[in-house]
Amino acid sequence: MLTIEHLSVRFRDRFGATMAVEDVSLDVRPAEIHGLVGESGAGKSTIGAAIMGLLPAAGEITAGRMTLGKTDLRTLSPVAAHRMRGKRISMIFQDPQTSLNPLMTIEDQLIETILAHEHLSLDDARRRAVGLLEEIGIANAATRIKAYPHQFSGGMRQRVVIALALCTNPELIIADEPTTALDVAVQAQVLDLIQKLARTRQVGFILITHDIGVIAQVSDRVTVLRGGRVMEQGATRRILGQPEHPYTQALMAAVPPLDRKLENFHLPKVAGETADAADAAQAREAEDWLLSGIGGGGPALDVQNITVRFGGERKGFFAAREEFVALDAVSLGVRPGSVMGLVGESGSGKSTLAKVIAALVQPAEGEMRLDDVPLAPMRSRRRGDASRRLIQMIFQDPYSSLNSRHRVIDVLTEPLWLFGLEKDKRRRERLAKAMLALVGLPAQSLDRYPHQFSGGQRQRIAVARALLSRPGLLICDEPTSALDVSIQAQVLNLLKDLQTRFGLTTIFISHDLAVVRQMSNDIAVLKDGKLVETGPSEAFFAGPKAAYSRDLLAQTPAIRFDKSGT
Amino acid sequence: MLTRLVQSEGIWLFTRSPAAMLAAVVTIVIVTGALFAPWIAPTDPYDLSSFSLIDGLLPPAWEEGADPRFLLGTDDQGRDLLSSILYGARLSLGIAAVAMAVALVLGVSLGLAAGYLGGRFDAVVMRIADVQLALPAILTALLIDGISRGILPAALHDDLRLAVITLAIALSLWVNFARTARASVFVERNKDYVSAAIMMGQHPVRIMLRHILPNIVGPLLVIATVDLASAILLEATLSFLGVGLPADSPSLGTLIRIGMQYLLSGEWWILWIPTVFLVVLVVAINLLGDFLRDLFNPSLR
Repeated sequence: MLTIEHLSVRFRDRFGATMAVEDVSLDVRPAEIHGLVGESGAGKSTIGAAIMGLLPAAGEITAGRMTLGKTDLRTLSPVAAHRMRGKRISMIFQDPQTSLNPLMTIEDQLIETILAHEHLSLDDARRRAVGLLEEIGIANAATRIKAYPHQFSGGMRQRVVIALALCTNPELIIADEPTTALDVAVQAQVLDLIQKLARTRQVGFILITHDIGVIAQVSDRVTVLRGGRVMEQGATRRILGQPEHPYTQALMAAVPPLDRKLENFHLPKVAGETADAADAAQAREAEDWLLSGIGGGGPALDVQNITVRFGGERKGFFAAREEFVALDAVSLGVRPGSVMGLVGESGSGKSTLAKVIAALVQPAEGEMRLDDVPLAPMRSRRRGDASRRLIQMIFQDPYSSLNSRHRVIDVLTEPLWLFGLEKDKRRRERLAKAMLALVGLPAQSLDRYPHQFSGGQRQRIAVARALLSRPGLLICDEPTSALDVSIQAQVLNLLKDLQTRFGLTTIFISHDLAVVRQMSNDIAVLKDGKLVETGPSEAFFAGPKAAYSRDLLAQTPAIRFDKSGT
Repeated sequence: MLTRLVQSEGIWLFTRSPAAMLAAVVTIVIVTGALFAPWIAPTDPYDLSSFSLIDGLLPPAWEEGADPRFLLGTDDQGRDLLSSILYGARLSLGIAAVAMAVALVLGVSLGLAAGYLGGRFDAVVMRIADVQLALPAILTALLIDGISRGILPAALHDDLRLAVITLAIALSLWVNFARTARASVFVERNKDYVSAAIMMGQHPVRIMLRHILPNIVGPLLVIATVDLASAILLEATLSFLGVGLPADSPSLGTLIRIGMQYLLSGEWWILWIPTVFLVVLVVAINLLGDFLRDLFNPSLR
């Protein structure tokens, strides 16, 4: 149905031209879900935009043919292309929060789209809209259709977006990261829906994603992209089960498995990738410095009955604020030198707990103890408190956790100066350089600014900054969720390695159970601010006790093709 | 450092924007002219011996009956208009720059603290800002003028007219800086690098000045440029209305006020040339400000 042959797309900027997509061929048949998978910069979204004829102004198609049925997509006039978009090809975007107009009811948006492409009476259009909502699984469609987008949950909204894409009976739907903004449970439902629609309506799907789990779950065939080129293409089962191309193999090796714990990710080198040239002798210096300070490993952390309430909206001028309970009497013990994995959906309170420990959020009730010494909460923790140095945090977004106006050397020497760990300026700089080597970055990084680094490298800098405080307790708040899968594997390797070497007590927060399994000794599951279950990690994955944990585990997409060969 | 500047996005966009380049050239020419007025200007308008009534009301060089010594003609006293304008611009730009700097320091410190600390301090500072906004600059100037007249001896007061007008302009401009700084701090305060600094127990003043301030200079720079133009205009307005500087130290506004008397007589140049000069200067600085705003706000490109 859709055939792309030797497509090349070039982007021009002031430094010249770069090829975003080079010589890509693929075809999509009716009722088939074709996955486009690759890391950021692989050209996945550019291919989608080229098919839609919506490349940004700087991009141009330099070669190749694209045909949908009998229509040549490259020779369409702008008017014809406009008519075809939405009618024969439609699109599902990543974020259901922003892809619906918040000021229009669902009904208006659906009817508007239908009438834009077909000459129907208003009643017929409305009937079709209601029918569609029923089809995508919205109960009471006839009344719910009058609702505004904000009255739907995230998953429901993404269903509505799918209904919008479907309402003109297109032949092809391009879904660009359709589940990335959703929680696992909702993701599973949306993927099921996509799969069902492809079968019943004979619609072809192009599913663009960075998540191999999603590809494994629904796609029939897959194209693996890297740097705008096709690495490998074929049936999903074959590609993910027995990858032939070294890049696909490396990619698969980097995916954290849900069903077992790896000591380390084994990352084969891929041609064109340079290893980080870290100086072993320098790394050694930083290691000795850390060991001399940390000594016997991290402290034990014990939190009791932590409750956090946030003031909500005022409903009326005189009405009291409605409080929102973010954490409800959570008690948790972290053994010295162990890794506690903290999991839960978004809004479950994982990050809030981390921030309470880090004194960034004031708990309403509860006590904390660090090695049996009471740990003051935010408002009463003094600036010079010893725990300020002992507790360090690695944040989720490496783009906001480093001050973009400070050079790396300033970022790294700051804790040494602040905590008075090294009095001599030269010695501070020397240690910063050594610490960079320890986290696997070259020494010349010191004089650069954070924006000159990639996400993975920035996260290494953040790790180095945390270590330069000589911490005992490290809080990692989703440290890899903003990273590509191969970079994630590298950073996880680094964290694991450092944790075992220095015996750091670690709290590792993630929404991804597979990642948590790789990292943690113990695990705690949070839901709606309450602790659902806690216990040793391996026992948890063998058989969780709570019903909610079982659901969570079952919904996590697993790549269940054979692993025996690898 | 230099190569980084030359290769930077800003310079690249600058070479692609004719309006910004023209505005920059005009601004540089005027500012250098004003800065070096004592060396460039043909005569010294403050020196009574350098001009005579005989040369009074001569038209600009391209008009009939002109004297080639006076490129832009002379006023009724026989002062060379070009010299007056250069000296006037020197005074106007000086007052505007100092006023802007005072407003910047005052506004940014208050805005930074209000945004970072929030709560009562924020509420108080912002309400004061609201009140300030409700007062026209001329009222502020009159108020300060009146107060200083009341508390200072008369002789001292005349010497301080320059300071009074500068302060009046600064007081009507600081609100912009405070609001912009506060809004930018709200965005930055929630970023993780600030959380990291708070966690480590760094001093709030250090967090504000060393961590947050460098990240919000972009928008502040834009405001500073646009406000420089407003300050020049404000000074001209105040001087025009007679609240500002005395007639013996002519700024651009004073020149225009003097020129008003010749609005309907044949001697058009005495009014029009300083006016056009003022308009060109303000438009050029505003164009530069627009360019900077586009530069710091990629979504407007």
